[in-house]
This record gives sequence, structure tokens and C-alpha cells, in this order.
Amino acid sequence: MTATQERPGAEVGNARRRKEDQRLITGRTRFTDNITLPGMLHLAMVRSPVAHARITSIDTSAASASPGVIAVLTGRDVAERQGSLPCAWPITEDQKAPPHPAIAVDTVNFAGEVVACIIARSSAEARDAIELVDVEYDDLPVVLDLEAAAAGGDLTHPDLGTNVSATWVFDSAEMGTGGNVEDAIREARDGGVLVERKYRQQRLIPAFMEPRSTVVDPTGEQITMWSATQVPHILRLMLAMTTGIPESKLRVIAPDVGGGFGGKLQVTPEEMITLLAAQQLGKPCKYTETRSESLMAAHHGRDQVQKLTLAARRDGTVTGLKVELLADMGAYLGLVTPGVPILGAFMFNAIYKFPTYHFACTNVFTNKAWTDAYRGAGRPEATYAIERLMDELAHEVGIDPLEVREKNWIKHEEFPFTTVAGLEYDSGNYEAATAKARELFGYDELRAEQKRRRDAGDPVQLGIGISTFTEMCGLAPSRVLGSLAYGAGGWEHASIRMLATGKVEVVTGSSPHGQGHETAWSQIVADRLGVPFDDVEVLHGDTQISHKGMDTYGSRSLTVGGIAVVKAADKVIEKARTIAAHMLEASPDDLEFTGGRFGVRGTDKGVAMGEVALATFAAHDLPDGVEPSLDSDATFDPENFSFPHGTHLCAVDVDTETGESKIRSYVCVDDIGTVVNPLIVEGQVHGGLVQGIAQALFEEAVYDEAGTLVTGSFVDYLVPSAPDMPKFVTDRTETPSTTNDLGVKGVGEAGTIASTPAVVNAVVDALRPYGVDDVEMPCTPHRVWQAIQGHGQTTPPAPSSAQSVAGQEGGVA
Amino acid sequence: MAKITVKVDGTNYSDDVEPRTLLVHYLRERLGKVGTVVGCDTTNCGACTVHLDGRSVKSCTMFAVQADGHEVTTIEGLAGDGRLHPMQQAFHENHALQCGFCTPGMIMQAIDVLHDNPNPDEEQVRDGLEGNLCRCTGYQNIVKAVLSAAQGSTQGSAQGRTV
Repeated sequence: MTATQERPGAEVGNARRRKEDQRLITGRTRFTDNITLPGMLHLAMVRSPVAHARITSIDTSAASASPGVIAVLTGRDVAERQGSLPCAWPITEDQKAPPHPAIAVDTVNFAGEVVACIIARSSAEARDAIELVDVEYDDLPVVLDLEAAAAGGDLTHPDLGTNVSATWVFDSAEMGTGGNVEDAIREARDGGVLVERKYRQQRLIPAFMEPRSTVVDPTGEQITMWSATQVPHILRLMLAMTTGIPESKLRVIAPDVGGGFGGKLQVTPEEMITLLAAQQLGKPCKYTETRSESLMAAHHGRDQVQKLTLAARRDGTVTGLKVELLADMGAYLGLVTPGVPILGAFMFNAIYKFPTYHFACTNVFTNKAWTDAYRGAGRPEATYAIERLMDELAHEVGIDPLEVREKNWIKHEEFPFTTVAGLEYDSGNYEAATAKARELFGYDELRAEQKRRRDAGDPVQLGIGISTFTEMCGLAPSRVLGSLAYGAGGWEHASIRMLATGKVEVVTGSSPHGQGHETAWSQIVADRLGVPFDDVEVLHGDTQISHKGMDTYGSRSLTVGGIAVVKAADKVIEKARTIAAHMLEASPDDLEFTGGRFGVRGTDKGVAMGEVALATFAAHDLPDGVEPSLDSDATFDPENFSFPHGTHLCAVDVDTETGESKIRSYVCVDDIGTVVNPLIVEGQVHGGLVQGIAQALFEEAVYDEAGTLVTGSFVDYLVPSAPDMPKFVTDRTETPSTTNDLGVKGVGEAGTIASTPAVVNAVVDALRPYGVDDVEMPCTPHRVWQAIQGHGQTTPPAPSSAQSVAGQEGGVA
Repeated sequence: MAKITVKVDGTNYSDDVEPRTLLVHYLRERLGKVGTVVGCDTTNCGACTVHLDGRSVKSCTMFAVQADGHEVTTIEGLAGDGRLHPMQQAFHENHALQCGFCTPGMIMQAIDVLHDNPNPDEEQVRDGLEGNLCRCTGYQNIVKAVLSAAQGSTQGSAQGRTV
């Protein structure tokens, strides 16, 4: 017997073109809205136009009589069945939460909330009937401002008696991870440096490209739900727990899913309503949202006020950080809403050795769409705060912002390092990433150019922004989630099935929606089992195929799900070893497994994995007591988070006359440990950067004083397009994680976390000569211009100022 | 109802449609051409881009009746004779897609960009794609794909691949 299968050397590390591309580039896709079933009915939602009101009456008679309409459901109709949508993360024992009905029953609490559902034979007929539903509202006071809501006054939910949902505190002195921050602040006040700032994390909208869509088929023994979700497994569990439908009677499928970014990490009212409608009518039902509905009623992200106090010595050594957050929950608590700012609690100290740390977060209700996970979830907010503060500290003590960081960061030889927030960072090399970034960027040359242009009074000023970030990835060790009162564990599951023909099916609990798991998992398994890349099929996103999983978010797929795949593959090899030894009439201990082949040491005898698979299938001659199967399962619970890091450098030209900020160059060197597929990694970094840059410069969800979302379409919510973005220079250093089998760390959120402060630091840096030390995000031309004016330095470069005045007078401008 | 006759991806169709039916809904719901997707309601995202008589249009911004007597090509009709269109191939080679939802419209628009200017520079490509939003890729690899497709076609060496 010989091993004959041809395969390249190592798959891991190859820039493999993705196997999922073929269907996507030819339009042979299975997005949820593409699904049509026999007799399928279509849903349209009647949504509240007001932000806070009592529903006094709903008249559905005209809508019910409209052509094609089969039924109209109101909150009262389903009040008994719909339960309350789940929140899986009560951060404190006394956390306050209002009931969260899928269809509002007595009150509406944000504009866009569903008040009735039309079910019709076609989608057009369902939408036609929306305006025929007559809802009477009795207005209640609208609570919009986060700080005002936290202070008291009008209530979002009068029944709760407060706008505060919960307050969560971490104190290094109490936890024994550091000293008392108040001591550090007192010392800094007396001869040191105290940087006190208030930053605003504006409200953002995930704005995945595929609008959310759900199809429910109630016919057959099980109820099947297809949904544009990141979390089919969590969705099934939560639907079962909320409705009482046995979990085993529910099948949830996430087919092709068009992006998520945390926005599809949810159990939505619309999913619940589609389920209720299908159950009630006994027919397949579909709901697909419009973009306006998506922007208005799919959960939002960020929205915090950060009050920050950084204490340091005059030489730039940080002695303490105090963080006081207000986090806007919006009107309800979604799946992980309360926990999002808490994820940030562990990241404010970032890559630095702070001796003292205090974090307190107050979660507050307002009459706006509820917030929840959005790419980075808690960590971009923390990274923004500390990286902005480090630049402010550098300015305050008069040393280069890169130097001030280096003075405070954890040195390469100090790993593993336990931080003041209590996490153990296993590995990192901030020196190497920074040195590489600095060189690629031409840091010293750009600083020299900046000085020249400042001295010359150039109306277009150059700003240089830095972000040396880290993040915690691989959510999450289950014991840590338990200690934070999260409702579930953080493990992941994988199965590997060896088919008789030697082909391999990999079943993963991760649920990709653009990340390229099919390709990356195939690469991992091809290497591990020594089979060709194309012989591996990756199956996912269907609870009947992948029965167990925790899904995809928090840069967890590779570091948790990928490792589960490795563990399952190793079990396959061990099972195969016993059978191979029998086939070769050798002792299992004398076999070595390389390149997909079991060989008897010191001989040329061997047998390939595919041959073992066939022999196992035939089962004619297996060792006594050995079952005829190589199939293996593994459920992997990580011991620790992983900690990718990187140095991002951004150069921005800021036109001081128009306020426009234009990114001139952007260099990032990320260290995400071992790379499975550099092509996919680079793509993740590019996309992440753009989302972070968009927060810095473009995007903001804006409500008017009545609580109506003003940015309710892509006309007003500014998702950047190709000409808005620069070409990025991306590179890597590679410091493998020491806490998992592959040395991987995760990359999905890195770009988004790192880039926001890099860009805003650059904008502020450009404006330092004007006395500007902050520009609120997004740094629109208007805000930048106002920041310049606000510091009373309207005309520092006299010549340009004269030109612009002349231009206006001449009617040219 | 209005009667329309339209050729889509090489096949002739005659249908009665409501005058208010958008072209994209006709394609998806009547013809089952679900490869073309809907991403917004304001003609901003470009996910629904198809070709009408060889030029790109956003099919959510046209009524089906306006396509009467015309020829529509969707992403599903692009690969001919079992070979990918060079732009499809370029998107694959350059990792110009992640979730793939914007991809049909992006590919159709990218072809149109090269139709106008067979040899664009990077800025011209970016400008040409302004009406098509992508949330995953940060555009860098899309721009790279379009430039590589342009290079391939001007050198006459663009080779599709068996689908």
C-alpha cells in the first residue's frame, strides 16, 4: 500500500483564493430574501413614527380589507405568545430592564418600533396596506440626551422609576490588580500631569449591505427558520426559551449572509414576528426589511460619553487612569447590549503598564433604537479613549507621542504580563510592529514636513496620528464569561467526517458571513490530515447539520472555532492510527503520520488517510473492539483571550479654510500571530480600517428633537464609497499566541479598533497650532472649521486668509 | 397591467406587469434572477446594478416597463460558454469580495467603468465606483481587481476560467 495523493506542502500561510467566491461572483447565491416557498406569504411592518407614546387604539379594518391581505397582527393579538425578547447579559444582579415585546402592546419607546404586522400574498400588497392601519398615539415625554437622562428628569420607562439600567465598576485596588487611582490623581495634581477629557462616542449604525430577512416554514415536523443572522445557534436557543417551542422542534439556517459586523448578532423582533405569523397561519412567511427600516430599527452601536482622567509624572510615565462612562442603551436591552461597554473595561489600559485603574460604567435608557454589538464592541471605545489620551499626554509633557507610548508600554521581554485590568497578555512585540510601521510610514520625514508647513503657515496643515492598539479576541473563556454573568459559555464545536472516498466534511459551529471560513478551515484541515485542499468541504450555519455552536462575533472564529477544528482533526488521526497500524501489521507506536500518510518507522511501508477511511467504511477487518468510524467531534473552550496588536500611523491633510480632512497616507503593521491565509487577513484589515475611519470622519446616527432618526437612508447616513478612501499600506509582524495550537489571535475587528483614534489624532495634531485639543467625531469639515474658530485663532496664516476673503468677495467661492 | 417584452441574459420574455413594478423586482420575483439583489431604497448602494443594452443601470431606479424592448444582462448572464467574465475572474483572483452581497452590482458597474475608459488610473476607478457601496472590503481589492482586469483586456490576455 502506498500513499499517492498529491498535495502542496503547507496550506496554512498560503494566499489561497477563496472557494466561496464562485457562487458569489456568478449570482448563484442563497441570501434569505432569494428564498421562495410554495404558498409563501409576505410580511410588512407598521412602525411607530413617534419616539415615545402610549398606544390608545389601533384600527386594522381597512388594512384587513385591502387586496391580498390575509391577516393583520397587533401587539394585543400576540401578547400572550410573543414573550419578551431576550437579553443574555445581565451585568449586575439589580440590573433594570423593561419587557421587550416584538410587537409593541401598550407603549412605543422609539421611532421605528413595530406596532402591527401585515401579512399578504405579495410583498407589494403587504406594503400597500401599511398606511391603512390607523394607530392613535398619546405622546409621552421623549428622552434623548444621554447625560440628561442619566441625571434624572423625564423617564424612558416610567415603570422602572429611573433611566439607569445598571452601574458596573472595576477598581484595581479592590481587585488587587493595582493601586488606588485616587492616590495617583492626587499626586499628579501636585506636581505631575493630569489630563482630563470628555470624549463622545457617537451613535453608529452597522449598515451591513444585506438588509435583514427572515423566512419561516412551519410545515413539516420541525419549524424551519432561514435568517440573515450571525448566530443561528444562539437564535434557535433563544427562540425556544422565549416561545416555549422545544429546541428540538426548531431548525435555524443562516444561508448566505451579507455581512453583519455585530449588527446581525441579535434575536430580532422581526424574526420573532415572522415566526409567530407563520405559526398562526400555517404557511411559510417571509419578511425582508427595507434599508430605511434597517437603519431605523436594526440595533445601533457605540453611543457613549467618556469622562477620563489620566495621571502621569512630568516625564510622561502614566501613574493611573480613571474612566467614568455613560453608555446609551437606547430603549431596550438587546442580546448583549449591557455587556458591550463592559468588554471595553479590560481594554482602556491597552498595551500599557498602568499601576492604578478605575472603571465605572452607567448604562442608561433613552427613547432611541437600542444599541448592541458593532464591530469591536466596547474595545474601539476604550482604544479611542486611551490612544487619544496618550497623544494629549505627549503634547502636555512635550515629548513625541510615539516615545510617550514606548515609555509606558509592556516590553517584549516582559510577556506574559498581567495587566492592571486583570488580564494576562500571553505575547506581543510592540517594539517590532512600531519600528516597522515607522519605517514604512516615513515618520521622521513627515514630522519634518509638518514642521516646515507649520512654520510657513500653510493653510493646509499636516497632521500625524498614532494608534498603538491591542484588543482581546477569541471570545471567550467560559469561566470568564461566567464571572461577568453572561448567559452562556464561549466554547466552539467542530466535527470532522471522513467519507469513504477519502473526502472530508468539516462541520463548524462558527457561522461565516463573509469571513472566508470555508477556505481557511479547508487549509487548516488539509494540513492537519494531509489531504488536498479541494477534498475538504466545510459545512456550517444550519442547526440540523451543525448541531452545536456559538457562532461568529468578537474575532472568535479562528481562535476558538478554528482550534476546535484542529482538535477534531487530531482525534481523527488518533482513531486512524489504530486502524492503520492494524492494516500495516505494526504497533501504533511505530507509526508516524506525515503528509497524510501513516508510515512504519524505518520502512517504506505506509498507508494513506484515504485508504484508512475506505477500510474503516468497509469495516471488514478492524482490530477487535474498534468501532468502524473515524469521525470525531471536539468542543474547545479557550483558556485565555488572544491579544492581537499593531501600530497604525495616519497622515491627514487638513484644510484650515474649508475644514476638510483628507487622509494622505495610512500605514498599519498588525500582529495577529500566525496567519492562515494572508489574502483573507489583508481583506479583513482593509474593511476594518474603513469602518473605523468612517467613525472618525463620516458616520453618525442623528435624531431630531422629536426622536426621529434623521439619518434614515444612505443619502444621510454616510457609509464611505471608494473615492472617500485612501490606499492603505498594510504589513505584519508575527508573534504567535502561546495559548492555542495554531498561534493565531484573530483579525476581524483589529482595523476598526485601531483606525479611529489614529485618524482623529492626526486631525487634532494638524490643528495643534490653532490651540485645538479635540474635535468631536465625526470630524466633518464643519466641526473641524468650528474647532479652529472656537479657539479664537481664525486667521493664523495671513496670506491664505486674505485669499479666501478675496475669493468670496469676487463671488468665486 | 402593461405588456412588456424584454430579453434577459439571452432569453426573451413577454410578461404582464404592474406599471409600478421596479425592474429589479421583475427580475427577482418574476424571472427568478435573484443573483441581482436589493440593498437600499434610495439608489445609493448600487447592489442591484445590471446592464441595459450594455450600459450599467440601477435596476431599483427603473420600472420594468422602461425595459420594454430592451436587453438586460445580469450577473447571472455574464459568464458565457462556461467561462467566467474577466471581471469575475479578477474579483476572485484579487479577493475583491467578502460577504458578496454588493458583488453582483459592483462587477456590473466595474465592467461599465472599463467600457467608458479601458485604461483608467486608480482614482478614475474609485470615481467610477462611487455609486456602489461595499461594507466589507474597504474597496482596496476591488480597485485592484478592476485595474488588473483593465490591464488584462488591454493586453488582450484576459482569460476566463471554466466555471
